Amino acid sequence: MSTQLTTPVNRQSAEALSRSKGEPDWLGALRAKGAELAETLEWPKPQKTRIDRWNLNAIGVYKPQTTVSSTDELPEAVRNLSGEAPAGLIVQRNSGVVLKQLSAELQAKGVLFTDLETASREHADLVQKHLNTVVAQDENKLTALHSAVWSGGVFIYVPKNVEVELPLQALFFSDDVEASFSRHVLIIADSHSKVTYVENVVTDYSDTAEAQSLVQQAVVEVIVKPGAQVRFAAVHHMAENVIDLTTRRALIENDGRMEWVIGDLHDGHTLSDTQSLLKGNGSTSDAKVISIGKNKQQMNLTTGAVHFGRSSESGMVTRAVMKDQATAIINGITKIEKGATKANGQQTEKVLMLSPKARGDANPILLIDEDDVKAGHAASVGQVNPEQVYYLMSRGISKQEAERLIIHGFLAPVVSEIPIKAVREQLQQLLERKLEV
Amino acid sequence: MATQFVIDGLKAAIENKEILKGINLEIKGGEVHAIMGPNGTGKSTLASALMGHPKYEVTSGAVTLDGEDVLDMATDERARAGLFLAMQYPSEIAGVTNSDFLRSAINARREEGKEISLIKFIRQMESKMKELEMNPEFAHRYLNEGFSGGEKKRNEILQMLLLEPKIVVLDEIDSGLDIDALKIVAAGVNAMRSEDRGFLIITHYQRLLGYIKPDFVHVMMQGRIVKSGGPELAERLESEGYDWVKEELGIVDETVGQV
Repeated sequence: MSTQLTTPVNRQSAEALSRSKGEPDWLGALRAKGAELAETLEWPKPQKTRIDRWNLNAIGVYKPQTTVSSTDELPEAVRNLSGEAPAGLIVQRNSGVVLKQLSAELQAKGVLFTDLETASREHADLVQKHLNTVVAQDENKLTALHSAVWSGGVFIYVPKNVEVELPLQALFFSDDVEASFSRHVLIIADSHSKVTYVENVVTDYSDTAEAQSLVQQAVVEVIVKPGAQVRFAAVHHMAENVIDLTTRRALIENDGRMEWVIGDLHDGHTLSDTQSLLKGNGSTSDAKVISIGKNKQQMNLTTGAVHFGRSSESGMVTRAVMKDQATAIINGITKIEKGATKANGQQTEKVLMLSPKARGDANPILLIDEDDVKAGHAASVGQVNPEQVYYLMSRGISKQEAERLIIHGFLAPVVSEIPIKAVREQLQQLLERKLEV
Repeated sequence: MATQFVIDGLKAAIENKEILKGINLEIKGGEVHAIMGPNGTGKSTLASALMGHPKYEVTSGAVTLDGEDVLDMATDERARAGLFLAMQYPSEIAGVTNSDFLRSAINARREEGKEISLIKFIRQMESKMKELEMNPEFAHRYLNEGFSGGEKKRNEILQMLLLEPKIVVLDEIDSGLDIDALKIVAAGVNAMRSEDRGFLIITHYQRLLGYIKPDFVHVMMQGRIVKSGGPELAERLESEGYDWVKEELGIVDETVGQV
């Protein structure tokens, strides 16, 4: 008789690891609880994607990392991604953060920007109060397991009325397929503060390592206090053997604003869920997601907005290009709760398919429990229009170039609106690369 | 060598239905030919078949431009060889700006490394847009998206001016144009008339031919050119209609491939 191992950790191992890392007791207890919950809870069941067929338990093992003193010591493939002199930079390699920088000016203003492990020791009050409050531990097996095993990660606190002009940047890279690569990001923007955070998630494996699966679990929690503004941009571009399970969620209080820009350009299976909880009156959020699927990649991309506050507004746009035999299930969920009068939720999902074997589903979902609201959706799934290709070719443009123009044109309305120039340019380059035949 | 465009016995079908039943036409540099005819006689099919529209299948005949086999070329090769079709219904392409598109089209004719400089391109585009009295903002709009019918036609002529083709086919360029726009478009075409450039103007109406004087006028019915003549033929068609042609040739139904 063989025993089926349903979870890669248990209460004892989670607690022991926490202790060995010198984490505070309350965090050890949280991790233990997460491990316990993970044993009984079910994996999430996203629409039309059987993630239970993915190798979800391949989360790797925690391996301590050696810190570096500057980006020059990072592997070449990731060195350039750190951008030019951001206001702050955090680099996580596999299981642990190896580099942390924050400008003296921001330190003086009281901005906190460090790895979440350190923050749990040095700013326990803030972390303990907010951790797992936006994405609860007991939602499902994924959130429970994640709460037990995350390591490294990022913590940002921006004090009241402080505006951080330049982006804070984080770079997460995996170059050891056996090491865990699961981060937790906690961002707290206090009243009337303003911050932009950009993260890159990449891998740098030797060819032989790519045979082994690795799950990249990430949970991002953002707390937008009254009148605060947070811009969050993420670009995921990992190797095919990595399974990307990312949950991002923001809780937005009165008159707060959340902007998401997500580039899901990962090469492996992807579960990407980005949600705004518009709790406060007058709160607003905007989400822009672009994605390209290739080979036999399966992607399930969800954007969501839940309106509780009066006059809250949300916008969501997803555009995806599917090549080869890639599959994308794209969900847009606008939920307006009773009492959220004058709320306005708008969403668009569009999928362009470049191959007859590619598959795309766009599912706009409106769940509305209040009468005095506005809500709208548009969704489409289609192929490159042969009339358009003919038109461009009739001007001397080659078929390949014509298709390239049309595909870029399809993504342009999202890419061109990305507020951060460096992210826009990086995305553009990645798009070019992933679209190349 | 002067431009020479020869259509010889061209037959074409759409969805296995034969529309063109043997077209013969020769256009030399400097000449303006007009093809007139009622709706449904195969005029636009001729334009599409010449350019290589994927829905049309050429079943027999030959087309050569300066001795080169046009039918053997893909649509983009035909364009680079010097053929230009101003379309009746140009496509709209979101996300691709007019200027990016025009620059790609110009550079497609140039060798790698010899692309047109941005400054030179903008200068050229702006001066041609001015000739056509186009609002400069159209350069930055997405290709034909949200353009009115008249704006699309002007944009077609703008492309012709910038690409300087050898053989220009204008498919119903006059439809949807008011008289002022018609004059501007005609002026654009007339400015392009030269010894090494030939024109084939497809139209229902004589109206356009008042501004662009044709050298030859052909009447198309039942997928064939049934009558040819000089500019006076267009004038007679305008005043008397097509019935006399049908009577003269014993044609009852002039259309082709209609259900």
